[in-house]
Amino acid sequence: MRITCPLCGERDRREFYYKGAALVRPAEGADLDAWHEYVNLRENPAGPLDELWYHEMGCNSWLKVTRDTATHEILDVQLASEAGLGGET
Amino acid sequence: MRFSGWRVLKEGLTGNKGWTPHWRDPEPKSEYDVVIIGGGGHGLATAYYLAKEHGITNVAVLEKGYLGGGNVGRNTTIVRANYYLPGNSEFYSHSLKLWEGMEQDLNYNAMMSQRGILNLYHNDGQRDAAVRRGNSIINQGDDAEILSREQVRELAPFLNFDNNRFPIMGGLMQRRAGTARHDAVAWGYARGADMCGVDLIQNCEVTGIDVENGKVTGVQTARGPIRAKRVALAAAGRSGQVAAMAGLTLPIESHVLQAFVSEGLKPIVDHVITFAEGHLYISQSDKGGLVFGSYLDFYSSYAARGNLPMVEHTMESFVAMVPAVSKARLLRSWGGIMDMTPDGSPIIDHSPIDGLYLNCGWCYGGFKATPASGHVYAHLIATDRPHGAATKLKLDRFRSGHGLMDEEGTGAQHNLH
Amino acid sequence: MRLPGKGLNQGAKPITFSFNGRHMMGLEGDTLAAALLANDVHLMGRSFKYHRPRGVLTAGSEEPNALVTTGTGGEQDPNVRATQQEIFEGLEARSQNCWPSVERDVMAVNDLAAPFFTAGFYYKTFMWPAAFWEKLYEPMIRNAAGLGALSGEADQDRYEKAFAFCDVLVIGSGPAGLMAALTAGRAGADVILCEEDSRMGGRLLAEREEIGGKPGHDWAAEALAELDAMDNVRLMTRTAVTGAYDQGTYGALERVSHHLPQRHSLKGSHLPRECFWRIAAKHAVLAAGAIERPVAFRNNDRPGIMMAGAVRAYLNRWGVAPGERVTLFANNDQAHRTARDLAEAGVHIAAVIDSRHEAPDGGPYQVIKGAQVCGSAGRQRVESITVRSIKGEEKIQTDCLAMSGGWNPSVHLTCHLNSRPVWKRDVLAFVPAEGAVPGMVTAGACNGTLSTAGALREGANAAAKVLEALGLNAAAADLPDAEDDPYRIAALWAVPGKGRAWLDFQNDVTVKDVKQAAVENFRSVEHMKRYTTQGMATDQGKNSNVAALAVLADATGRTIPETGTTTFRPPFVPVAIGAIGAGATDEGFKPQRFLTSHAESEARGAHQLEVGLWYRAAYYPKPGETSWRQSCDREVTLVRNAVGICDVSTLGKIDVQGADAGKLLDHLYTNTFSTLKVGKVRYGLMLREDGFVMDDGTTARLDENHYVMTTTTAAAGQVMAHMEFAAQVLHPDWDVRFTSVTEQWAQFAVAGPKSQELLNGLVAEDVNGETWPFMGCGEATVLGVKGRLFRISFSGEHAYEVAVPARYGGSLFRELLKRAEAMGGGAYGMEALNVLRIEKGLITHAEINGTVTAFDLGMQGMMSKKKDFLGKPMSTREGLMAEDRMRLVGLKPVGAAKEITAGAHLFTPGDPVERIYDQGYVTSAGYSPTLGHPIGLAFLKEGPDRLGETVRLVDHMRGVDTLCEVVSPVFFDPEGDRARG
Repeated sequence: MRITCPLCGERDRREFYYKGAALVRPAEGADLDAWHEYVNLRENPAGPLDELWYHEMGCNSWLKVTRDTATHEILDVQLASEAGLGGET
Repeated sequence: MRFSGWRVLKEGLTGNKGWTPHWRDPEPKSEYDVVIIGGGGHGLATAYYLAKEHGITNVAVLEKGYLGGGNVGRNTTIVRANYYLPGNSEFYSHSLKLWEGMEQDLNYNAMMSQRGILNLYHNDGQRDAAVRRGNSIINQGDDAEILSREQVRELAPFLNFDNNRFPIMGGLMQRRAGTARHDAVAWGYARGADMCGVDLIQNCEVTGIDVENGKVTGVQTARGPIRAKRVALAAAGRSGQVAAMAGLTLPIESHVLQAFVSEGLKPIVDHVITFAEGHLYISQSDKGGLVFGSYLDFYSSYAARGNLPMVEHTMESFVAMVPAVSKARLLRSWGGIMDMTPDGSPIIDHSPIDGLYLNCGWCYGGFKATPASGHVYAHLIATDRPHGAATKLKLDRFRSGHGLMDEEGTGAQHNLH
Repeated sequence: MRLPGKGLNQGAKPITFSFNGRHMMGLEGDTLAAALLANDVHLMGRSFKYHRPRGVLTAGSEEPNALVTTGTGGEQDPNVRATQQEIFEGLEARSQNCWPSVERDVMAVNDLAAPFFTAGFYYKTFMWPAAFWEKLYEPMIRNAAGLGALSGEADQDRYEKAFAFCDVLVIGSGPAGLMAALTAGRAGADVILCEEDSRMGGRLLAEREEIGGKPGHDWAAEALAELDAMDNVRLMTRTAVTGAYDQGTYGALERVSHHLPQRHSLKGSHLPRECFWRIAAKHAVLAAGAIERPVAFRNNDRPGIMMAGAVRAYLNRWGVAPGERVTLFANNDQAHRTARDLAEAGVHIAAVIDSRHEAPDGGPYQVIKGAQVCGSAGRQRVESITVRSIKGEEKIQTDCLAMSGGWNPSVHLTCHLNSRPVWKRDVLAFVPAEGAVPGMVTAGACNGTLSTAGALREGANAAAKVLEALGLNAAAADLPDAEDDPYRIAALWAVPGKGRAWLDFQNDVTVKDVKQAAVENFRSVEHMKRYTTQGMATDQGKNSNVAALAVLADATGRTIPETGTTTFRPPFVPVAIGAIGAGATDEGFKPQRFLTSHAESEARGAHQLEVGLWYRAAYYPKPGETSWRQSCDREVTLVRNAVGICDVSTLGKIDVQGADAGKLLDHLYTNTFSTLKVGKVRYGLMLREDGFVMDDGTTARLDENHYVMTTTTAAAGQVMAHMEFAAQVLHPDWDVRFTSVTEQWAQFAVAGPKSQELLNGLVAEDVNGETWPFMGCGEATVLGVKGRLFRISFSGEHAYEVAVPARYGGSLFRELLKRAEAMGGGAYGMEALNVLRIEKGLITHAEINGTVTAFDLGMQGMMSKKKDFLGKPMSTREGLMAEDRMRLVGLKPVGAAKEITAGAHLFTPGDPVERIYDQGYVTSAGYSPTLGHPIGLAFLKEGPDRLGETVRLVDHMRGVDTLCEVVSPVFFDPEGDRARG
């Protein structure tokens, strides 16, 4: 599997660490349901999924990658810092 | 038909003309007491025990492909009961006991072979963890012993003792553990369930779960609707997809785990051996193939195949541990889809929907769990109460934090197992 | 038999080799199989189950029968395909799965028991009595397992791995592959052409059909010369593409030195035995050809019965006739070339049997049309065949039967990403589905196009398609004239009749087995495969799967496409584990990290421990010390009484800077760092988002916007990723930057009552309670080098950690030791460090084992209520703060000092020692020379409420059963005066 890092270009999967579904972190004070959903529950689609990868052996960027979990086709990659996943702070 | 050496002999002498189907291929009925979604090891075992232990025989197992085509047919065949956390400990202990009587019970030789599992350790920290685990196993009533480096050398002289990057210090041995012929487990349960009157329906994908007023009423399938008083999910690998048909979101991510087999070789590896530094596990089948695997590929996937980095890691771990296998040739690699829960342990529980039951989240542990999973799941479905060996396999532990079973200590969070 | 003047190896050098101890001659360029056939050796091995005699079937990597073992000891190589192994001077090969010899194999008795060894027989028996399975039945079965054997010794060869990148990967060098490579190469694309054979050309080396008016192999030679002259084309022979993976990644195995007489590949020499390539290709052209399939008939497995195309290859390429009186059995026109070529070479053709009434007439030999071969006779080689036609049955004497049931396109790589091939009725074969592998185009025989002209055309077209995608201009295809015969074939899978007709030659799966599987309702092709082991031999069913499928389809009344296919999985050909695992043997498995103090520690005879990837000194034995305990006790005591030196550089060090540095640390740690004063250090606890403790460590504030964080050795990488996640994903707007400086700084603990005294001779600044108060930090000039000094303690003593740039680490360590030793102190290692910290109740990853909460550690007070931090919400789940959780305590022996062992479990005295009564477990233990007895840390249910209680400690593994008193985890100096003073 190869992922195109927006900063480094196309690289082998072995350079990256996988975090899982790219979810918006609940705001401070959100209830346990919201946290349970964020930490534990997963839509787990067999198809396109927004997910987080970390270019650990490259530029250390966190990336939001849209990838099809059924075919492993990579549909989009962007810097996670531009993806608005921090929720309200 | 009862199987035995005499039967094989008699058929052999009469041209093998008397063999009959191991199971029927019935048309689905319009209604069942229990519909089990998934004709893998767990689903088939559940059907068998529902019929045998609870007398519930108006049961259908619905399988979208062929029986035993999921992870029961694509694993590394290891059977063991060497867990240490409450919940897993008693459950896998129960399972190993069922394994020990399974073949006679089913009248089917699944080649359960108690050749022992040896978990190697390489430093003081791993040794102390192995001791803690070994003590838990004894306290549970199962067998375990700590072996010194020299005792390990006697059992497995081919290991790299002298030049290993992580020298072998010793091992934790469970002699009652071993391997079984994975397909035969599924077939044995299928035949057993069929003989009790259970309908095994292949090529029958479930496309919907009918829920009325918070109660399950049946399923929609590729072969038409089927009404059911109870519906039991046993579709590990696809659990999230199936549960979604009932509007449920599970604490599960699907991941691919690769497995490997070498060309057939004269026996060299007698035991199941694991290597903590590479997460490697190896054994040799009765046919001669080295069967082995290591980590997940570590990305969500429904494709039953993996990629090279983990192939390479696995082979690297293998030659690091056993330099003598270097010239053995990898014959085939494949992938299975794992239901990964946040804590790496399974769920057998009621669902929030009345009459809908969950059996999922098997992570790496599904094959060895097969008999107990079926046994306790049948108990839950039949009595609506959890079996004593499965009181802690709860769905709500992730929400409450009570009784999380993170055996590896890597975290009760996705993608850490 | 070698035919003078025939073959492409005219003038080749003679070579001596041996087979089963018999010395023979071959020619350079021969495969072992070709050389054996030239010496009239047909019996090469034995089958798996029935130990039937086996001769070579094919001329390629798909060979199921002619598997041999070469070498001995650490060089022993089992299951080597004689059809691939090139002979070299001194090659020694032998048959396998036979004893005492391949001619007289006692296990051949199995063949007599065949009626009882039918498909799946073992599932039905060996169950009584139950205890006999492990003791008797299974050992019997295992004795018969496998084909070749490993020696059990470590492999002496060297392997390599490499990466390659290209625009176009062309797989296969037959007419389609060569044409594709030429077209792409001429257009300037970066091309890699891989061929698994030792010589490029594919079927052109085995056939006599012409291209552009010259022999096909001459055309191939010219094409290769042109390709070889292009800088943008890499030609890789002996390189099998083994797997297709995501985004254009391919695995490939290059057999670098299997064919060389000198053992170049031994450790220390320059050539590896094999190289495993990871090829990243923008596009690929699959031109892998096709594999001819046998026909199932009674006793079709005898040596001398071979594939028709293989017979042509042995004749036309190597000048070898596999028989003197050859017969041909086919269902397609193409196979008749075998009879034609042999006849033209002067070999007698006893008969050509074609199952079709419309079969073509051939040359000067008899063609029996509409007939079938329904049996063979002979012992270790075929002697005759029985032919059934309208006229009845007739026996024909023959010493070689060339058979052809048609060709199966090599679709294997197109299946690796889960695509299923589709049935193409006109060629009676499966062909790749469109778009099976993104970026891959298929051409030629692997695509079901079986004429030479078709292959050339498709090769050029495939390249043109790829070039267009690359934005390159393809020159107009200049296709040479070539054979363009239609592929005429009629279905013929299994000849009806009694007896056993083989499908899978290696695993001994017969038509009967497949039919029996169907009767027993193993109707799914996957069931049939798993029940009969059809296709599970070393060829992965390349030779037999389609025919078996056809038999199953027939037995179940379905068509072949309805019946389905099994899946081909990587690798395409078996690959040595040592090749894919290249570099990982011995110390190569993982990187090694050495401290700057390593050389000095080694010089002092320190015992080294692996700590993650690091090596750290465990203890430094002194003359006269006979056990690690003696050294450890001495080192603990010297820290408590004088001063000890320990390298602590393995701890992760992260430099954090920026206006929002404090804010980020507040977000990461449970406690607050933004309020920490400059020049001070604070201990912090970090949680994962699931609320459990992830790591701990100290963080120093060097300046208003500058902190240095330390992590544990084990969690350094994890914490870094966690921080990057918080900064980039959650708070990209914060003004903070950080980087790992673990490798940049060498850091040493200077611990003990004389530490201040030691430092005052070493550091230019005046070190005292005012300048460096407890938990103080600052820059310091260490023997003229700008460094840092932290007054922190992991031993409970008055202690410091002194840090200098890593290049000064070694000399500083030596200097510290010199000074410490002059003061009655010295070096201490991990063993002493561990005892010192247990005496103080300080935790490591033995306690932070991933499943503990701040509450379990008694650190709930460190969880700030005033701010949000990572893990806070989930840490408040009731289950993570439940009173009955196991929580940290200390343990000391009751009465006379007995053992306390890590991993032991705790019970309430009087309770049975059973899991349900389990009260907790010991995490860390050691002997405290300071206190004069063993001590331990443990997690105990409701622990802190049970101080003073007695618990029973049971360690079955080590045979320890003793009573302990539950005490505070801080055994020594509970007020902390020594560290503060």
